[in-house]
Amino acid sequence: MSPGGLPCFHCGEPIPRGLVIHARIDGRDEPVCCHGCKAVAEFITGAGLGDYYRYRDTGSTRADEPPRPDRWAAYDRPELVERLTRPEPNGARSITVLLEGLRCAACSWLADKALHLQSGVLDVSVNPATARARLVWDPAKVRLGDLLRVLEHVGLRPHPLAGEPSEQLALLERRAALKRLAVAGFGMMQVMMFAVPLYIGESSGMDADIREYLRLVSMLISIPVALYAGWPFYRGAWHALRARSISMDVPVSIGIVLAFVASVVNALRGHGDVYFDSVTMFVFFLSLGRYVEMIARHRAGSVADALARLAPVTARRLRDGRTEDVQAVELAVGDELLVRTGEVFAADGTVIEGDGRVDESMLTGESVAVPKAPGARVHQGTHNLAAPLRVRVEAVAGDTVLSGIVALLERAQAERPRLARAADRAAAWFLGRILVGAALVFVVWWFVDPSRAFSATLAVLVVTCPCALSLATPAALAAATAALARRGVLVAHTDAIESLARATHVLWDKTGTLTKGLVRVEDVRPLSDLSPQRCLALAASLERMSEHPIARAFLASGADAGIASDVEVFAGEGLEGRVDGQRLRIGTLEFAGGIAAGGIGATGDVSGESWVYLAGECGLIAAFRLTDPVRGEAGQCVADLSALGLASEIVSGDEAAAVARIAARCGIERHQSRLGPESKLARLKALQADDAVVVAVGDGINDAPLLRGADVAIAMGRGSALAQTSADLILVRDSLIDLPATVQLARRTQLVVRQNLTWSIVYNVAALPLAALGFVPPWLAAIGMSLSSVAVVLNAMRLSRGWDRRPRPGVPEPGQPETA
Amino acid sequence: MGILYLLIPLGLVLVAFGLWAFFWAVGDGQFDDLDSPGWSVLSDDESKPPADPGKDEERPS
Repeated sequence: MSPGGLPCFHCGEPIPRGLVIHARIDGRDEPVCCHGCKAVAEFITGAGLGDYYRYRDTGSTRADEPPRPDRWAAYDRPELVERLTRPEPNGARSITVLLEGLRCAACSWLADKALHLQSGVLDVSVNPATARARLVWDPAKVRLGDLLRVLEHVGLRPHPLAGEPSEQLALLERRAALKRLAVAGFGMMQVMMFAVPLYIGESSGMDADIREYLRLVSMLISIPVALYAGWPFYRGAWHALRARSISMDVPVSIGIVLAFVASVVNALRGHGDVYFDSVTMFVFFLSLGRYVEMIARHRAGSVADALARLAPVTARRLRDGRTEDVQAVELAVGDELLVRTGEVFAADGTVIEGDGRVDESMLTGESVAVPKAPGARVHQGTHNLAAPLRVRVEAVAGDTVLSGIVALLERAQAERPRLARAADRAAAWFLGRILVGAALVFVVWWFVDPSRAFSATLAVLVVTCPCALSLATPAALAAATAALARRGVLVAHTDAIESLARATHVLWDKTGTLTKGLVRVEDVRPLSDLSPQRCLALAASLERMSEHPIARAFLASGADAGIASDVEVFAGEGLEGRVDGQRLRIGTLEFAGGIAAGGIGATGDVSGESWVYLAGECGLIAAFRLTDPVRGEAGQCVADLSALGLASEIVSGDEAAAVARIAARCGIERHQSRLGPESKLARLKALQADDAVVVAVGDGINDAPLLRGADVAIAMGRGSALAQTSADLILVRDSLIDLPATVQLARRTQLVVRQNLTWSIVYNVAALPLAALGFVPPWLAAIGMSLSSVAVVLNAMRLSRGWDRRPRPGVPEPGQPETA
Repeated sequence: MGILYLLIPLGLVLVAFGLWAFFWAVGDGQFDDLDSPGWSVLSDDESKPPADPGKDEERPS
């Protein structure tokens, strides 16, 4: 939200003030925010794919840096490609590629079209729901590396999933669930069709053999529904019981099995009541809820995919003085790697030659690159920024720090479902009461009139059939999930809605959540007579020699960097070098001003730590404001949350001063800095030990364990893949604005669930004595049951209609320009 | 009412056929992606690169 900035033509982000870059689009100049976006936009339109910009739903991912064709060199080598890909008929090969930045159907259209412009591409199927593409190509005509380059050129960074079976598994799981859902749905409709005449026949009379016939047909249809469509519930219940716990599957399975077996017995006996309609309806609605939940979960991705995005597939090994491209999995301890600038380390190891800087922010949250000299440890997944490094491999595969974080993640995941268990315990408690009640009814009737004991017991079971009861929660959750999805909040685990409604604390990771996570040049203030562009260009020429994140901000700003010579780095102060014969310094005010012969003049309002100065021998040239901008809506969001009774706290891996500043700007009192993943998790556990229900908001890989351990985990839409897989909710629009409203919706959902439960319990309790006394004929029981279910579903539907206005108790209006 | 003994099994056969068709469609991947296909049809004609109108000539890659 930089003030007055036009949105970038490609990514839609505001363009820094004072910066002019244009992409040539169809003969017109369109403003873009960086050279990366310029390259991507010109490539897309140049290939005749400009329609993409007309049809897409959302802005594209910011390109940051122009595409680098050499990144995919390894994929040009046939023997490597052979190992990474699957064979197809007629000598073709196929591979599944994860596409970063794939947001909507227009993006997938773009990927499809761009690839088909290449000769030798046989088939492309892009699935926007899972952000994956399957490519089939003829290796004799085109190289895999070229296809990957094309994808990167159109702004969809590809991550080849080598022999990755999880995608296939997820696909099969989705298909199987869809089939079961279809069986349950068809079965339910058919059985209902026969149930209606049966009910009417009860009251107005019906031929005995027709009645018999309809009941048997209903049974026939219910068999596949109960056995095939209901199978996942039995399997889940079995797994839960074997693990000595009770999941929701247990009462559900007992309900289905009891009603189904009793109905089958009665249908075969020829008298007594049948409940095939209840059974099929039950299975269908439950399957529907599970299906919706599964789709959202698949969309969030898996841990394996996230690792694929982080750890490179290939590495460059040094052997006998020569380099060779190898697969990362082939690396062994003791190998020597050459990691060039801009590449990602494929394994943990020690630097043996080279003097560089490494961006470890994904592991530590530290936004400043760490210098690495020979002897220093480097880690898999981190980014080599400055100079080529020779590295001796010391840990591979499961032994790396990155894998350790993933393991931590999996352990936290196993510990988490505290609330889910509580909900299941309540359901089991209720079901236990029903079973006890039914047994009691049976015993009493046994002494009064043994011939009616079984039917009265079954009437109790059906009338109290937890149909409305079990619909109460899923229907409300499904409606809430749909409403949230329309607002760009993806729910990966529906039980999180329940926890969110009861949340008391919010733990924020600073970078990427309260801030945007990108250092950018926000303002250019010339202090001499040079134009802003010229100032930026001079600064970029100097900074281009550095790989500090600040330098990346200048390069991403897209100024035409020239050539600088004699560049010297003064750690913590800045850079000095020569551009066009001029001696220039960039850095802190004292450092930069030190070069000026006549000292520095007044700097006016451009003082403070977020400013970087460019100076020459003749004095100050310009000031640049660099920020990792606080999200414009962050303060409002924190205030709204606290109005809703949620206390905010920052746990960050960053420097204390930076954290304190952000905390002050967002109105957060409690904050801790310099925390690693373990200490974040410890802070979380401490809160939870005091019965707090904790929401964690994060976006980095280092946040993943924190997210996993939290009662509700929220990830940002642009956060790391690993954070997203750990999250219960994903803010797809990459904005905090919907968070308070989401909490409110969660509370309304909880209210509706409670209303529904109350209603169905009241109904059950009222119907129970009547059924126990034998007063309820089956048709009445069925109508009562159906109506109570309909009431529950209609009540839940209220959630999918409009959102309440957010509360604004005395908070300043949002939208004020932010500074940091 | 005797006709029911014929019509209901016939109806069931139709349902079975419908299910079979659905299973086939699921297995064939028809439901894997419900968003983009409708889309690609819309823009197909206009998306030809201006350089080679309607021809399948090979582009240098």
